[in-house]
Amino acid sequence: MADLIHKTAAELAAVVASGEASAVEVAQAHLNRIGAVDGAVHAFLHVDTDGALAAAAAVDAKRAAGDKLGPLAGVPLGLKDVMCMKDIPTTCGSKILEGWRPPYDATVTARLKAAGIVILGKTNMDEFAMGSSTEHSAYGPTHNPWDLERIPGGSGGGSSACLAAFEAPLSIGTDTGGSIRQPAAVTATVGVKPTYGAVSRYGLIALASSLDQAGPCARTVLDAAMLHQVIAGYDPHDSTSLTDPVADMVSAAGTRDLTGMKIGVVKELGGEGYQSGVRQRFTEALEILSGLGAEIIEVSCPHFDYALAAYYLILPSECSSNLAKFDGMRYGVRAGDDGESSVEQVMARTRAAGFGEEVTRRIILGTYALSAGYYDAYYGSAQKIRTLIQRDFDDAFARVDVLVSPTAPTTAFKLGEKLDDPLAMYLNDIATIPANLAGTPGMSLPIGLAPEDNLPVGIQIMAPARKDERMYAVGGALEAALLARWGAPILTQARAL
Amino acid sequence: MSTTIKPELMDYDEVIERFDPVMGLEVHVELNTNSKMFCGCATGFGAPANTQVCPVCLGLPGALPVVNKKAIEGAIRIGLALNCEIAQWCRFARKNYFYPDMPKNFQTSQYDEPIAFNGYLDVPIETDEGIQIFRVDIERAHMEEDTGKTSHQGGATGRIHGADYSIVDYNRAGIPLIEVVTKPITGAGKYAPAVARAYVNMLRDLLRALGVSDVRMDQGSLRCDANVSLRPSADAPLGTRTETKNVNSLRSIEKAIRFEMQRQAVVLAAGGTITQETRHWHEDTNLTTSGRSKSDAEDYRYFPEPDLVPIAPARQWVEELRATLPEPPTVRRARLQEAWGVNDTEMDSIINAGALDLVVATIAAGADDASARKWWLGELSRTANDQGVELSDLAISPADIVAVETLIAAGTINDKLAREVIAGVLAGEGSPDQVVAARGLGIVSDDSSLLAAIEEAIAAAPDIAEKIRSGKVQAAGAIVGAVMKSTRGQADAAKVRSLLFAHLGVDESA
Repeated sequence: MADLIHKTAAELAAVVASGEASAVEVAQAHLNRIGAVDGAVHAFLHVDTDGALAAAAAVDAKRAAGDKLGPLAGVPLGLKDVMCMKDIPTTCGSKILEGWRPPYDATVTARLKAAGIVILGKTNMDEFAMGSSTEHSAYGPTHNPWDLERIPGGSGGGSSACLAAFEAPLSIGTDTGGSIRQPAAVTATVGVKPTYGAVSRYGLIALASSLDQAGPCARTVLDAAMLHQVIAGYDPHDSTSLTDPVADMVSAAGTRDLTGMKIGVVKELGGEGYQSGVRQRFTEALEILSGLGAEIIEVSCPHFDYALAAYYLILPSECSSNLAKFDGMRYGVRAGDDGESSVEQVMARTRAAGFGEEVTRRIILGTYALSAGYYDAYYGSAQKIRTLIQRDFDDAFARVDVLVSPTAPTTAFKLGEKLDDPLAMYLNDIATIPANLAGTPGMSLPIGLAPEDNLPVGIQIMAPARKDERMYAVGGALEAALLARWGAPILTQARAL
Repeated sequence: MSTTIKPELMDYDEVIERFDPVMGLEVHVELNTNSKMFCGCATGFGAPANTQVCPVCLGLPGALPVVNKKAIEGAIRIGLALNCEIAQWCRFARKNYFYPDMPKNFQTSQYDEPIAFNGYLDVPIETDEGIQIFRVDIERAHMEEDTGKTSHQGGATGRIHGADYSIVDYNRAGIPLIEVVTKPITGAGKYAPAVARAYVNMLRDLLRALGVSDVRMDQGSLRCDANVSLRPSADAPLGTRTETKNVNSLRSIEKAIRFEMQRQAVVLAAGGTITQETRHWHEDTNLTTSGRSKSDAEDYRYFPEPDLVPIAPARQWVEELRATLPEPPTVRRARLQEAWGVNDTEMDSIINAGALDLVVATIAAGADDASARKWWLGELSRTANDQGVELSDLAISPADIVAVETLIAAGTINDKLAREVIAGVLAGEGSPDQVVAARGLGIVSDDSSLLAAIEEAIAAAPDIAEKIRSGKVQAAGAIVGAVMKSTRGQADAAKVRSLLFAHLGVDESA
């Protein structure tokens, strides 16, 4: 069977539905690709060969029986290792969960299975989703398929790299401060953080509950839209889940004309500190958007300047509490239980041995920020800034339909380059964090390569809460215009593999 | 048995002369909802360990809580019954600390935004001047989840220190709890321990009437922590308090507070200071021992629970729930007293014995009100006292009492046998009918077996029989007594008597 791995998810679904290739053949082609390249990329922490082939065979059986197949039935997918999958190792990239197999499926996992999507395995990530490079994975970093010496973004570097390396056409990411969008930007893939509450968090191992949001990752806007429709929708197991019906993202992705659309350029995101090639491609993208009929307006979101500071108080605070359960008492790794020690000692040793440096740093930060006497100054103030950032978005969206900015300030940096400088690492998420604080949706879309290093640049499209379809409309139109200009998908230029 | 040495105690009257006691009571109530606070797991007491658990109440990675609406409803009804305001908007908060019986290492509770606040409960107290109403102000009633239950194995005391290992049962983890916290209770003086007991008793009756909890102190569905401090006088600032935990019966509450007052008084009178600490009440030795010191108390790092949305009970719903409240205890008391036609003293003793609900239930089950009161206040109250348990904890139900009354009315047993039947029920021998059958307690009414007993008695005392034949009917008592003795009281004496006269051919009325 010719070249199944370079097809889009929509194409593969059609191939399976028509019988041109079986779902098992599609799965096997991708498993073969993983076997061939993942030694170099390390996008996967666990490949579930048997499970994937069984799921694919079930799709084929359903088709043979004449049953109706879902729109993505038989399409393979990489699942970020933060998402629980029954009986399949789920580690969050941490030693502390090594060997743990959840006894239940996350809601997202269950919906993927029900849709006939073939889960190939679990993708690598920064430990407990803390990081922007996937270098904080306890199981070793993932490498960017554009340049194996460079980071694939993070925390969802495995989910972005598996797409760029053609190991899977779809993946699931989670985005707490940019962990879907920034990896998409540096690998020239599409990543969407939906509105907070649009996709159930049940079974998503929490980093920061009020910020975490799972979303679709793909190589095209249409594929992302199709996956979005599968995983989104109300879930009674998640109290923060939205009850709204899911809008038609797939139709929105077919938009080609942006006449009448008002697009705001966020003044605070894109100036100093942004690489020149990033700025250049972003400016060109604005020109294309204008050419598609959109009106480009500069808007100011003054409180975005405080977003990073507020984020690094709220996130560590919530994570210090969310990660307290990892104590070696009930599951996962237990360290130092010599039969002589107290339960407190065993808990302390387990956590010291099981958590990496970045996780430990944030737990300590959060524990401090929530302490009696500091709460108001830190957590309390950060929540006020959060409210001000939400108002900035409200004011901006009163004037424009969507907001845009570069997704990340730079292209992919070298592995190890920022590992010893947490602040420099945190700055990667400066443009993506505001949407998490406000609960609004954001998408990253490739807009070309920076001339100075020939590495991918992404544009971020942000919409008001519950208006996710607007990102697909703008993204779909921009993608089509760029494809026409390039003549071929940008990933055909990724030559590291 | 605890081996702690009993500390020196000041004479209670002297304590009252020299100090003014202040109390604060925290009562944890397990709601009797069918499912847990944040998941669908069952809540029944006594299931095999770790069989009523799921990813949510086990705190497995990725699991999320969803609030049980029935628990919110119970919390609001309790708040309303305690005359509280109900929050327009409130949130859950996380109370962070590490302990193996808490699956997430934080407890989902409420902190500065309780569902109910600013209430009161009027409590009748028996004073030297008769019954007086004492108002206990309620600070708040908030919702939280229960923890798992840890059992420490291998140690002498059953406490964590000295244990070889511990096992945890998470069936209890996530059961909805309401914590009712009083404001500092001042002005009770020497009645402080009695006020505490009466408050918890009243609260328990109220919760039972609301139907929101099993309120079984012995099973832990109602638990009380008692904060006690002393100050030199009523206008002095509050003294340092201790918090006594593990107080699991009404009488223990009274005893533990009295003990703490007497213990603290000795320390203060000697010029010492009270250590702010948690103390444990020991039912077996009737004393408290020092637990965790609060000076190194943990910082719980409360913050709003981000996995749950705020609760904003609609005012209309709150009013609908208010309409479901049972009759207030004082109104109910007056109504029942009038219906039964009893005086204040008897009504007080019914209430003080904790018999009111039981009497009402017994009447509802079919007994007449005089016999219902007679059994619960008489025989059963004595038994409860002897066993040192609450009346409601006796192994006998209102339906059993009705069954006993039915047996008496049918002539199957008499009053004396009824006591034996009740003893059998209390001993776990089954229903009254089963006890009668198993113990052979039915009255002997079969003429032939009674006649045989009479003939035996006559043969044993022929001279007395001769006297009766000769007209001395009062001599019959001796024969009747002998027959009653030989039938172990299971005969109807009047019937024996008439059979005797018939047998001897004597006219009874002669």
